[in-house]
Amino acid sequence: MSGTTAVRMTGVVKRFGPVVANAGAELEVATGEIHALVGENGAGKSTLMRVLAGMYGPDAGSVEVAIGGGALRDVTGWSTRDAIDAGVGMVHQHFMLVPTLTVAENLILGRELRRGFSLDLTAAEREVRALTEHTGLKVDPARLVSDLSVGEAQRVEILKTLYRGAKILILDEPTAVLSPPEVVELWKVLRRLRDDGGTVILITHKLDEVIEISETITVMRAGRTVGRMKTTDSTPRTIAKMMVGREVSLAIDGVAVGREAGSGKREAGAADSEQRAAALRSSRLPLPTLRVENLTVASSRKPNEVDNVSFTVARGEILGIAGVEGNGQTELIEAITGLRAASSGTISIADASGALHDVTTRDVRTRADSGLSHIPEDRHRRGLVLEYSVADNLILGQQHRFAGAAGVLDHARVAANAASRIKTFDIRPPDESLPSRALSGGNQQKIVIAREMGRDFTVLIAAQPTRGVDVGAIEFIHDQLRRARDDGKAILLVSADLVEILALSDLVTVMYGGRMVVTLPGSDATTEILGPYMTGAHGTAA
Amino acid sequence: MTTASIDSAASDRRQRWRTHIEESILPPLVALVIAAVVGDILIIIFGQSPGEVYRQLLEGTWGNAYGFGQVIYKATTLTFTGLAVALGIRAGLFNIGAESQLASGGFLAALVGLAMPASTPTVIAILVCMIAAALGGGVVGAIPGALKARFGASEVIVTIMLNFIVLALLNYIVAAHIHVAETLHTPEIRVGALPRLAAISATFSGSAANTTFLLALAVAAAAWWYLFRTRPGYELRAVGLQPEAAEYGGVRVGAVWARTMMLSGAIAGLGGLNYVLGYKHYYEEGFGTGSGFLGIAVALVGRNHPVGVVIAALLFATLSQGGLAVNALVPKQMVDVLTAVVIIAVATAVPEVRRALAASRRREAGTRNRENGNRESGVGNRPAEVGHVEIANPGPSSQFPIPTSRP
Repeated sequence: MSGTTAVRMTGVVKRFGPVVANAGAELEVATGEIHALVGENGAGKSTLMRVLAGMYGPDAGSVEVAIGGGALRDVTGWSTRDAIDAGVGMVHQHFMLVPTLTVAENLILGRELRRGFSLDLTAAEREVRALTEHTGLKVDPARLVSDLSVGEAQRVEILKTLYRGAKILILDEPTAVLSPPEVVELWKVLRRLRDDGGTVILITHKLDEVIEISETITVMRAGRTVGRMKTTDSTPRTIAKMMVGREVSLAIDGVAVGREAGSGKREAGAADSEQRAAALRSSRLPLPTLRVENLTVASSRKPNEVDNVSFTVARGEILGIAGVEGNGQTELIEAITGLRAASSGTISIADASGALHDVTTRDVRTRADSGLSHIPEDRHRRGLVLEYSVADNLILGQQHRFAGAAGVLDHARVAANAASRIKTFDIRPPDESLPSRALSGGNQQKIVIAREMGRDFTVLIAAQPTRGVDVGAIEFIHDQLRRARDDGKAILLVSADLVEILALSDLVTVMYGGRMVVTLPGSDATTEILGPYMTGAHGTAA
Repeated sequence: MTTASIDSAASDRRQRWRTHIEESILPPLVALVIAAVVGDILIIIFGQSPGEVYRQLLEGTWGNAYGFGQVIYKATTLTFTGLAVALGIRAGLFNIGAESQLASGGFLAALVGLAMPASTPTVIAILVCMIAAALGGGVVGAIPGALKARFGASEVIVTIMLNFIVLALLNYIVAAHIHVAETLHTPEIRVGALPRLAAISATFSGSAANTTFLLALAVAAAAWWYLFRTRPGYELRAVGLQPEAAEYGGVRVGAVWARTMMLSGAIAGLGGLNYVLGYKHYYEEGFGTGSGFLGIAVALVGRNHPVGVVIAALLFATLSQGGLAVNALVPKQMVDVLTAVVIIAVATAVPEVRRALAASRRREAGTRNRENGNRESGVGNRPAEVGHVEIANPGPSSQFPIPTSRP
């Protein structure tokens, strides 16, 4: 199979209004390989792949695809339908499934099997089962999509694409929502697809993934293709340099190398910070600043979303919660922040003097006012009002502090707040009146970070703080979290990215099935130790 | 865009302002042109000359004092109902109940007016009636708001059903208890008549236009101020755009719904003053029939912006009055058809024109070739969202969104 070309994209230009997403991008993918398309957020990777999948027509350039293993044919500007028919399928970052239908129903949507006038669901489920066994993508076809975890939903997305006969599979940042064991599973599936003669294009900005899974790498920067190489000829450092366009700092490299080795080594910047933290801790008693006792959040289907969880976070401490998504982390955070009612248990937050106050029955605003900051896991859904300007989003949750007695917003103060936050947190472009929708993912996240960390707080809940942001922003955000910890803040870090947890946390815990199944000092924790707990292999004995 | 200077930021802002104006003005204009073409065809079918019909339509409305006054009178009620609907939509609520809120406001104002002794000072009588009108509409609006906030009941269903209930109830009360013999209206109110505009300026002579129109303009200004300058307005719009983000921001979404529906109802209720205190001085069954529903169209065409609502109200009032003016040439129902065509054209043309605008802007931008960092598709990233389609070019989004989906 090798030697033939499956996809060739030449000089692709794609603009969105004033934004040039692709400015002459090139891509060549061989048949039967796993090809990594890497670049920082905003480099134009997703756009290029959407052009390939027929979602966007390019403004210039050509797209050629070898359909059915034949010779390359010019397919520039084809439709999604054409692309699917030709065996090109894309799995998106944001899932496109109907939550009220079952897995099987979602898969057959658009090409329903019929028996007479009615749907033949039994046959559909049989087909789906055969496909899951063949590919190793395990998921029960009879379950409702709304009941699936994010990882399972992603499997369904991949299955859907394969069910439609995809031979060229495009995956847009598939591991952003997966735990390490799930990632390993995904790699197995992708390798099997490749061995069956399929071609896989993987969009990512995680260097360890690139090294581990791909055979060929194409690097994009600012809408252009800046390099193409064999994976065996490259190192994380050379790729990172090509991605960013400059020599990258040690901290980023630390992440990359740490991930590559799979050992979850601490980032380089951490050593110095650790000393400061140690000094801080020895000078004061560990003060519990966030205390959660016997917290339970009931569920309509499972035993409990959060099942009798107790912990404290002291000032100057980061407690990292690892775990596969859908094991109660979201519910735990929402219960702490007041977005969801707890069935039982208490939540207390310390004020500036260190005295704990029970906030269990308080609303979101009262909790925020008593020093609770919250970086939500989903900035598009909760963290930002996308239509609102950067300035308006920078006061979300504190709007009452920017209003006078009559409830009139003080525009001068809103603008001054925006100007100072934009400067301090380096939000780009530095224009407070821009709708937040128009900013890149990394800069959108900086708006959230700036708002939540720019104000007075004692406790910070940081949920997936670096999800979908680029390497430079990750470095920046991690730095902010360390600095806040060193300033004596209590930080509860929830992340699906185990490397992030290991790099930042003083104390690491794993959530599985709504419980905290293991808690370790950060210095003792490794991927190898925590991995089995994340999959429930160690049982649920707390 | 690492080297964004202050200059380029300022020019960006100018560019966005231009975009904003284009997106607000052009689409409705195109819709009007489409409606005019359809109107031409209809007029020709009736064997008349379009030019003549339009001339008469304009002459019979903006061309003479009575016609103009009638346009203003009709626009007054439509401004209130349009604002009521627009306010709701801004908070993500679809108030179909302006019809009954308007009637209820007018009824309560009349009832209170009748109860006051004839010696009541005019200013006090007017104020009391205003409060009564707002209360009458507000209570009817508050019911669906509270039911939605408390039980999650769809405000669409509840407001539709309340239209039946409230109108039936009011008709019963009037018919059974307080009507003047041989009529379907209450006795005349002896206090607090709002002065006709004709008494102030000859421009309106002979028409029903009255000072309620000034109140409508004031309420529109207040609605704008409330929406865009106050904290409750900030929270209201956040609830309408992204209820979950609003909730995260410490906003009690249910409370905003309840408050907004009450306000919406109160604004519609104030519209009742136009007829009751400004024109006939009594409540009559069916005085505002259709104005509540037309308010939905007014909000749609006015793009849920108070200024847009006032303009759209004038437009629909012109068509309504114009129908009477051209009745000699073509059936006045033709103008009803035209009204509907305007609404459909707006609903259809607005997205289409915006797409075309975005495309032309893209061509323009090609020459400037500004690199502006990444634009992540801003469409919400709820996992497993139904019909989640990435929009090819969201463009700098307008400040006047027309909700395309209901929560």
